[in-house]
Amino acid sequence: MGGSILGNRVLRKEDPKFLTEGGKYVDDLLDEPLLANALHVTYARSTVAHGKINSIDVSEASQMDGIVAIFTGADLDLQQVPSAFNPMATRTLLATDKVRYVGEPVVAIVSETRSQGEDALDAIIIDYDVLPALIDLEKAMASDLHLYEACGSNVVFDTMVLGLPDNTGEAYFADCEVVVKGRFMNQRVAPCPLEVRGAAASWGENGRLTQWLSTQHAQGAVAPIAAANGVEEALIHVKTPDVGGGFGAKIGAYPEELLLGPIAKRVGKPVRWRETRSESMVALGHGRAQLQYVTIGGNRSGKVTHYQLWAIQDSGAWVDMGTILAPFMTRPMSSGVYDIPNIECRTTSVVTNTTPIVAYRGAGRPEATAAIERAMDMFAAKIGMDPAEVRRINLIPKFLEPHTTVVGQTYDVGDYETSLNKALEVSDYAGWREKQKAARARGDVKQLGIGVSIYVEITGGVGNGEAAKVEILDNGHALIYTGTSPHGQGHATAWAMLASEQTGIPMEKIDLVWGDTDLVPVGTGTMGSRSLQQGGNAVFAVSAELVNKAKAVAARLLEANEADIVLDKDSAAFHVAGTPALTKTWSELAQAEKSVGGALSHSDVIGVTGATFPFGAHVAIVEVDTETGKVTHLRHFACDDAGRVLNPLLLEGQIHGGVAQGTAQALLEEVVYDTDGNPTTSNLMDYAFISAAELPSIDVIHMETPTPLNLLGAKGIGESGTIGSTPAVQSAVIDAVSHLGVDHIDMPTTPQRVWEAIVAAN
Amino acid sequence: MSETEIYSLRVNGKQREVVDSWLGESLLYVLRERLGLPGSKGACEQGECGSCTVVIDGAAVCSCLVLAASAVDADIKTIEGFSDGELTDVQQAFIDEGAVQCGFCTPGLIVAVHHLLENTPQPTEIKVKEALSGNLCRCTGYGRIFAAVTRVIEQRAQQ
Repeated sequence: MGGSILGNRVLRKEDPKFLTEGGKYVDDLLDEPLLANALHVTYARSTVAHGKINSIDVSEASQMDGIVAIFTGADLDLQQVPSAFNPMATRTLLATDKVRYVGEPVVAIVSETRSQGEDALDAIIIDYDVLPALIDLEKAMASDLHLYEACGSNVVFDTMVLGLPDNTGEAYFADCEVVVKGRFMNQRVAPCPLEVRGAAASWGENGRLTQWLSTQHAQGAVAPIAAANGVEEALIHVKTPDVGGGFGAKIGAYPEELLLGPIAKRVGKPVRWRETRSESMVALGHGRAQLQYVTIGGNRSGKVTHYQLWAIQDSGAWVDMGTILAPFMTRPMSSGVYDIPNIECRTTSVVTNTTPIVAYRGAGRPEATAAIERAMDMFAAKIGMDPAEVRRINLIPKFLEPHTTVVGQTYDVGDYETSLNKALEVSDYAGWREKQKAARARGDVKQLGIGVSIYVEITGGVGNGEAAKVEILDNGHALIYTGTSPHGQGHATAWAMLASEQTGIPMEKIDLVWGDTDLVPVGTGTMGSRSLQQGGNAVFAVSAELVNKAKAVAARLLEANEADIVLDKDSAAFHVAGTPALTKTWSELAQAEKSVGGALSHSDVIGVTGATFPFGAHVAIVEVDTETGKVTHLRHFACDDAGRVLNPLLLEGQIHGGVAQGTAQALLEEVVYDTDGNPTTSNLMDYAFISAAELPSIDVIHMETPTPLNLLGAKGIGESGTIGSTPAVQSAVIDAVSHLGVDHIDMPTTPQRVWEAIVAAN
Repeated sequence: MSETEIYSLRVNGKQREVVDSWLGESLLYVLRERLGLPGSKGACEQGECGSCTVVIDGAAVCSCLVLAASAVDADIKTIEGFSDGELTDVQQAFIDEGAVQCGFCTPGLIVAVHHLLENTPQPTEIKVKEALSGNLCRCTGYGRIFAAVTRVIEQRAQQ
C-alpha cells in the first residue's frame, strides 16, 4: 500500500478552469436558462450620512428609456426588521424614514440593461432633512442624537449589560511598580474581495425562488430570504457559483440581495444585480474599527501583573455582526499568549453614521492581539527591556492539556515559547538588532525597525460540526457534498485528498458540491477558519463510514463475511482477505446498490467538541526613512502553528494572503470619512489596497502542534497570518523611530503619520 | 444615447460581429455580454485592478477603459485565447506554485504575465513587481504569483 496523501504538497485540482476561461462567478451566469431576459436592478443610495427622508421623486426617472419599474420601500410595503444582536434597533431593507450612512439603499430601479439603471440614478430626487453626522466614535457614544431612537442610546451592546463588571480604573494598578497607558485606534478597513457583491433571482412556476448569491454561507441565507419574501424556507433555493473572495464580508445576506425576490415577483421576470466597486466600498460591510484604551502594569523585572482594556467597537450604522465581535471575540482573547493574573476587559459597541461593521479576516482577534502586543511593547520600552524578552517572561508555559486564562477562555494546546524561539532564530533577530544598533550609531537617514508579535486566536468557534455526504457514481467517481463554502481556500482539492485517503479513489475522480441548498441543505459555511477542522473532518469521517458500507455490499456480492472484506486503496477495490484476485470496484458496488434500488452513499453531520486555538510568532523587519516617514516592509517571518497540516501548498497560501492583509492594515489601508460622513476612500484609486509593489518577501516557518479536538489534528489557518502580522509590522515601524522618542503611531503608519510622530517627538 | 451600429472585432484571431450594441459600451462589457467571453472580469471598472486585462495590438490594457467600437481593426487577445487545450507554461506555473486562490484576478494576471515575458524575457525583480502592480489580488499576497513568474523565467532561460 502506498503512503498517505495527507500532509503532501498536492497541487490544486480546481485551477485549470480559473487559468484558461476564468471561474464562473454570479455575474458570469450568461447562459443560465432561469435568468433568460433577466432585468437589472440598480439601487439609488443615500448621499447623506444622516437625515430624515422628506420625499422621493421618481417621476422623471420612470419615464427614461428602458426603465421597467422603480420601487421605494413604501412601494414594496417593507416592514421594520430587527437586528439579530439588538432587537430594539430596526430598519427597513430600503430606507423609508431615515438614512443612516452614505451608501444606504433607498430606491430600487429595474431596467432592461444595467447602464439604463445607472442613467436613471441621476434623475431620482430624494429630499432629506439633514441631521448632524455622528462619525467620531466617542462623540457618538456621548450624543443625545440617537441613530435608533428606540435604543435610547447609540450604545447598542455593552459587556456590562451581560452582567460583566465595569473596569475599575487606576486603582486596579495600585500595587504595580510600572504602569503604562495607551489609546490605540484599530482603524476601519475595507475587506475588498476582488469580486464585488452580485446576486440574481428567478421565480419558478412551482412557486419556488432560485437565488444565486456570492456568499460564504448559502444555507444561512435561506431564512432571511424566505422572510424577505414572506414564504416558507422550503420555497427558497440558494445557489452559490464561484465566489471571488469573501474575507468575512460575504457571510451574511445584505438588503440588496434580500430584495431581489420581492422585486422579481413584482416585475414578473428574473432579475440580476451587481454592485459597482464604488458601491461595494460603501455598502459591503467594513472591518475592525475598534478604539482601545489600554493600561498595563507590572514590575521592573518584566513581569506583567495587571492589564485593563476598554474596547469601544464602532458598529457603523447597523447593528450587524461587528457589534458582537468585541464582546465575544476580542474580550475572550484579551489575555493573548500571556499568563497575566489580573485582567479587566469591558467592551462597548456604538452605532455611528458609517458603513456597518461586519466580520473581516480575524474578526475581533486581530484587535485583541494588537492591543496586548502594543501594550507589551510599551511596557518593555518603559522598563528598558528587549520586547522579545518581556514577552518570554510573561508567556503561558507549554501546555498539552486545556488551559484557562483569567478572563475565562480555555485554549486547547499551546507552545508559545517554541514559536517565539523559532521566529527569532530563523529571522536572525539578534543579527537585525546589531544592524539596527549600527545604523543608529551612524545616524543613518534610513533606520531599521524590528517588530515581534506572538498571538493565539480562536478558530472553528462557529458551528458545532459540519455536514458531509459522499456518493459513489456508477463510473466509480465520487461526489462530495460539503456544508462549507470555498471561495479561494481550495476545498475541491483538500476535501478530495481526505476522501481519497479513506476510499482509495484517485483525487481526479472526486468532485465537490457546495453552496446549493437543495443539494446540501445543512451547512454552516466558511468563516472563522472553521472549514478544515469541521468540514474537512466531516468529509474524512463520512468517507470512512462509506467504506464500511461498501464493505457490506462487497460481502454480499462476494458471499463472504463483512469482517473479512478489505479495501486495497492502491487499486481502489475490495476483496476478501487472502484472495486478492477476485475484486469488486467502487463502480461495481455502486451499480449493485443501484440495481436493488439503493445508492452507495453516506451522509452525516459530524460534531466537534470545541474551538481550537492556533498560535504563532511573527517577526517583521522594516526600513523607515526618517526624513520622509516612508516605510518599506523588507522581510517578514511567520511561524504559524495550525496543528497537523493537510496540504502545505494551501497552508502557505493562507499565510501569505493573511500576512498581506495584515501588513496592508499596518501600513496602508484605512477607510476615511470627512466630518459630514462622506466617504473619501470609495474606490480603488483612493483606498490604499495593497499591491504587488508593497509586499515583502515572506518566510513561512513550520511548526505543528496537533489539537486533540478533531480527527485530523487540524486547527484553522485562514486568519492567523493577519492576526500575527499586523502588530508585528506596526511594532517594527514604531521600533525604527523609537530612538527618536516616538512611543506609538496608530495604524496605518503612513509616511505622514510617521513623519508627524518624528517631528512631535523632537 | 441609444444609437447602435453593427461593427466587428477581431478577438483571439476570429472576426466577431457585434450587434445591438450601444456605441458607448466598453470593450469589457462587449466581450462579456455581447460576445460571450466572460473570462475577463470586472472588479472596478476604473482601470485600477487589472482583472479585465487584455492585449490589444501588443499592448496590455484594461478593457474596461477601452471603447469597444474604437478597437475595430485591432488584434484583441483575451484570456480565452491563450490556452489551446494545453496549459501554457505560465498557467502551469501558477498551478505548480499555488498562485491561484479565489481565481477572480487570475485571468488578468495570466494575460499580464504573458505580456510581460513576451516583451521582457528576463525581467528584474523590480520590473516584475512594476509590471504586476496594476493587477490587484486580495487572496495570495502576491508571493506565490512572483514564484510562478520566476519559475517561468527560469524554464524559458533553459530552453
